[in-house]
Amino acid sequence: MNPVYRFLKKLPILFRRTRFRDELDEEMSFHRTEAEKAFVADGMSPAAARYAAKRQFGNASALQEQSHEVVGFWMETVVQDLRFAFRQIRKNPGFAFTAIFILALGMGVSVAIFGFVDAALLEPLPYAHPDRLMAVDEASAMFPRSNLSREDYDDWKRLNHSFSSIEAFGGTGFLLGTSSGIVPVPAARVSDGFFSTLGVKPMLGRGFLPGEDQPGKSRIVLLTYGTWMTRYGGRRDVVGQSVTLSGDGYTIVGVLPREFVFAPRGIAQFYVPLLDKNGCEQRRGCHNLDGIGRLRDGVTVEAARSEMQAIAAQLAKQYPGSNQGQGASVTPLAEIIVGNVRGILLTLLIAAGLLLLIACINVASLLLVRSESRRREIAVRGALGATPIRLVRQFVTEGLLLATAGCLGGLLIGGWLMTLLTRMVPKGMADYVPFLRIVGLNGHTALFAAAVALLSAILLAATPTLRLSFQDIRVGLGEGGRAAAGRLWRRLGANLVVVELAIAVVLLVGAGLLGQSFYRLLHVEDGFDTTHLATVQVIAPDSTYGNNQARAILLYSEIVRQASALPGVQSVGITTDLPVRCNCNTDWIRIVGKPFHGEHNEVDLRDVSPDYFATLRATLVRGRMLCASDDASKPQVVVINEALARKYFPGEDPIGKMIGDGALSPKSMRQVVGVIKNVREGALDDEVWPSEYFSIYHGIDTSFAVAVRTAQDERSILPVLVSTLHKVDPNLGVYGEITMTDQIESSQSSLLHRFASWLVGGFAAIALVLGVVGLYGVVAYSVSQRTREIGVRMALGAQRASVYKLVMRQAGWLMLAGVGVGLVCAVGASLLMRKILFGVQAWDVPTLAGVALVLGSASLAASFLPARRAASVSPTEALRAE
Amino acid sequence: MAKRPDLLPGTLDMLILKTLTRAPLHGYGIALSIKRLSDDVLTVEEGSLYPALQRLLLQGWVKAEWKMTETNRRARFYTLTAAGRKQLGLEVSQFEQMIEAIGRVLSDAQEA
Repeated sequence: MNPVYRFLKKLPILFRRTRFRDELDEEMSFHRTEAEKAFVADGMSPAAARYAAKRQFGNASALQEQSHEVVGFWMETVVQDLRFAFRQIRKNPGFAFTAIFILALGMGVSVAIFGFVDAALLEPLPYAHPDRLMAVDEASAMFPRSNLSREDYDDWKRLNHSFSSIEAFGGTGFLLGTSSGIVPVPAARVSDGFFSTLGVKPMLGRGFLPGEDQPGKSRIVLLTYGTWMTRYGGRRDVVGQSVTLSGDGYTIVGVLPREFVFAPRGIAQFYVPLLDKNGCEQRRGCHNLDGIGRLRDGVTVEAARSEMQAIAAQLAKQYPGSNQGQGASVTPLAEIIVGNVRGILLTLLIAAGLLLLIACINVASLLLVRSESRRREIAVRGALGATPIRLVRQFVTEGLLLATAGCLGGLLIGGWLMTLLTRMVPKGMADYVPFLRIVGLNGHTALFAAAVALLSAILLAATPTLRLSFQDIRVGLGEGGRAAAGRLWRRLGANLVVVELAIAVVLLVGAGLLGQSFYRLLHVEDGFDTTHLATVQVIAPDSTYGNNQARAILLYSEIVRQASALPGVQSVGITTDLPVRCNCNTDWIRIVGKPFHGEHNEVDLRDVSPDYFATLRATLVRGRMLCASDDASKPQVVVINEALARKYFPGEDPIGKMIGDGALSPKSMRQVVGVIKNVREGALDDEVWPSEYFSIYHGIDTSFAVAVRTAQDERSILPVLVSTLHKVDPNLGVYGEITMTDQIESSQSSLLHRFASWLVGGFAAIALVLGVVGLYGVVAYSVSQRTREIGVRMALGAQRASVYKLVMRQAGWLMLAGVGVGLVCAVGASLLMRKILFGVQAWDVPTLAGVALVLGSASLAASFLPARRAASVSPTEALRAE
Repeated sequence: MAKRPDLLPGTLDMLILKTLTRAPLHGYGIALSIKRLSDDVLTVEEGSLYPALQRLLLQGWVKAEWKMTETNRRARFYTLTAAGRKQLGLEVSQFEQMIEAIGRVLSDAQEA
C-alpha cells in the first residue's frame, strides 16, 4: 500500500492518541464482557467466567501496545528516547552544563572563525563574474607587482587581446570646503570603463561614458553611497549639481550603489575620471596607477600574463630609458584583496578546528565515564527486553541532544565573537577589508554549524556505543565484571587523553610562535625613537603653493616655527612620507663613476625638513645632516641610509660622491653629505630598503606630514597641532593625526599578527585547560576504579610513596606520550604556517621546550590530586567497600 | 486443555476479511464467527486480533464505525470495503495455490 496514504491515515491517530486508546479500551472490554456472558451461558459461575475471560484475553496493556505499534510512528519511540535523554540531563545538570558549555565554546570559536573565512575566501567579490577580474600591473625586480604608468597603460590597453577591457585607477585627494572649514577627502581617479568592467551600475544618475576620461574633457564626479548620505543627506536631486573639489568645479553625474566597495581604494569618497595627465603621468617612467582587467572568455590567466609580459618586453625595447626591466603582472583581483589574510585565516580556522576536536574529545570522555556508571541501568534495560539497537539509539539520541544544544550555544557564542572581532578592527583599516561588512551569521555559517554539530554528534554517540557493544549485559548486572570493562575503558580513555594533550601542544606551540612573531615585529629595529612623536598629514592647496616655491618654503618654516612654540614641543620635522608606512614613492638612481646599463636602482625617496632627523632622533653615522641652509640657492645635497651606502658604495666612503638619475641629467645631480642609520620606512615586516633624503626646500611638496617630538604626552598635543596648522593657513587640509606608537600598533602587519597571536593564544589557553582537565579525569577515574587494588596493596604493606608512584607513573606516561606526539605534530604544523611567522623558526627550541614544560607541570599538578587521594586510601575501608 | 493447531501464519487477515463478507461484525463477533465456522478448530487470539484489525483499517481494507448491538451495547463494527474485497480474492487465490502445491508435495511423498 502506498506509504503516503498510510502516513496520512496514521496522522490523525497521532494527534488523537487518547481517543484511539479509549476506543480500543472500550472495544476490548466489550469483548471481555461478551466472552464472560458466553462462559456463564455455558454454565460457569460469574466469578469463574470473569477470570476465564480475563485469562483468555491476556495482558490488556500489552495488547494495547501491540495495536498501538501498528498504527504508531517509528518517530514516537524517538520522542520517548528524547524524553528519557532530557530526564537524564535534568537528573545530572552539572554534567549536562559542562558538556554543553565545552561544546558551545568549541563550536562558537569555529563558527566565528569560519564566518571570517567564508566572508573573505568563499564569498565571491561583489562584482559581475568576479573570477574573470584580474589585477593588471607592472612588475620589477624589487616589486613583483608595482604601479602602472599612464603611458604604459594606454599602450597596454591598445595592444592586448586577452582582456575585453583594461581599466586604470589611482588614488587622489581633494580639499573640500564644508561648513566646518576645509577638509581633505580621499578620492579615486578611474578610467572611463572602470565601473562597467566591474559590472557596477550607479543607483542614481549615470556612470562615466566612453571617452570621458580623456585630457580636456569636462569635470564630472560620482558620489559613493556613504558620501551621498552624509554630505548630501541622500537627496535625489544631487545629480546635475556641482561640487567644488580643490578649487575646481565638478558636476555630479551619479551615485554609486550602497553595496559597492572597492578595497584597493576603500576610503575614496568621490570617483572622478582620469582627465588631465598630472606631472607624474606625463612621464612614462613614473608609476602612479593600478590596473584591472576583465579576461575575455576562454583566455586563461597564464595566457593573459604571458601576453602582457610580451607587450611589456616590447615596450622595454621601445623605451629602454623608462621601461627597461619593467615586466607585467596579472593576478586574480580576489588574490590582491584577500591574499594577505588567507594564511592567517586558514591558520586560525585550523586552530579553531583543533580546539573543537579537543572539546568534543573532552565531552566524549565525560560521556564515557558516565556510560561506565550507567552500566547497571543499561544492563537492566537490556534484561527487560530492550534490543541492542534501541539501547544504541538511546545513546545516539543523547549525543544528538548534547550536540544540538552545544550547536545552538555555539551559534550564540559565534555570533557574539564575530561582532566582537569585527569591532576590534580599527575604522581606518576596516575600509580596506570590505569583507568585514558581510561577516555574520548567514546560510553558510549556519550550514557549517550544522555540519560541525553533526560530526560532533557522531563522535559523542559513537564513543559510548563503542563501549557498550564490547560489553556483555550479564557482566553489567553483576559487580564482578568491573576489572575487564575498566581496563577497556582505561585504554580508550587514555588514548583520547593522549590525543587531547597532543592537540594542546600543537596549539600552544602555534600560539607561542605567533606571540613571538608579534613581539619581534613590534621590536624590530626602527632606527628612531618612536615614543613621544605626534604626527599629522597635510594637504596644501595647489592653487596657492603648487607653483610658488618661495611661498611653499615659507609655509614649511612657518609650520615649524608655530608648532615649535607649542608647550612641551622639543622639535618639529616635515617629511613627504612618515616612517613605518611603506616602501613607496621611490626613485631610480645612478651613481656617478659606477658602471651603468640602464638598470633601475630603486630607492625610497623622502623630501625632509632640516630638523626632521633630529625630531625622529635618527643616528648620524658619517658626514652631516641636512641643515636650514640647504635651500634652492645652494647646490643640491642628499643624505643616504646605511643600506644605500652598503649596496651602492661597498667598502668605500660615500661622503662627497655624486648621485643622479639614470641619464645623470644636471638638475638631478646631488652630492652625498651624510649617512644615517637605517630608519624603517616600510612596514614592520618589510625589508629595510636603501633610502635617500632630499631637502624639502629644494622642491615643492603640497602633500606632506608633520612630526612633532614632545616632552609630555604626545596624544594630548594632536588637537592643538591640528588647530595650529589651521592657524598657519586655514585652507590647509589636515587629517590623519595619530601618535607614532599608535600608528605602528595599528599598522596592518601589526594588527594581523596581533589578531593571530591573541586568538591562537586564547585557543591554546582553552586547549591547555581542557587537556589537563581531561588528564585529571582519566587519572582520577582510574584511581577510583583501582581503590580496591590499592587497598590490597597497602594491606600487603605497600608504602604511600609507592602508591604515589603507581598513579604518577600512569599520568607521566600519558603526559609523555601526549607531549611527544604533540611536539612532532607541532613542528609539522609550524612548518605549514611559517609564511605568517616573523623572525622566528618553526622549530624554535625555546618555544617547544617551554610548551613541554608548561604542559608537563600542569599535567603533573593535575594528576597529583588523584594520586594523593589514592595514597590516602584506608585499606580496611577500600576492602570493605567492595 | 487440548492442543489446538495454530493459525497458519499470514492467514488471519484473510480469515477476518472472509468473515466480514457476510455482514459487518465487531471484534468479538469476528472471533466467535471464525471459531464456530471452523468447528472450534481455529481460535483467534485476542492478542493478534486487535492489532490485525488496526492493520486492516490502516490499509483501507475495512471500515470501522460504532453501532449498537442487539443487546443494546456500543461496539465497533467492521465493514469490508471494496479494496478489502479485492484483497480477499487475491489472498484466497494465493492461499489456494499454496495449499494445492503443498498437497502435491505431500501426495507425491506418500506414493514414493
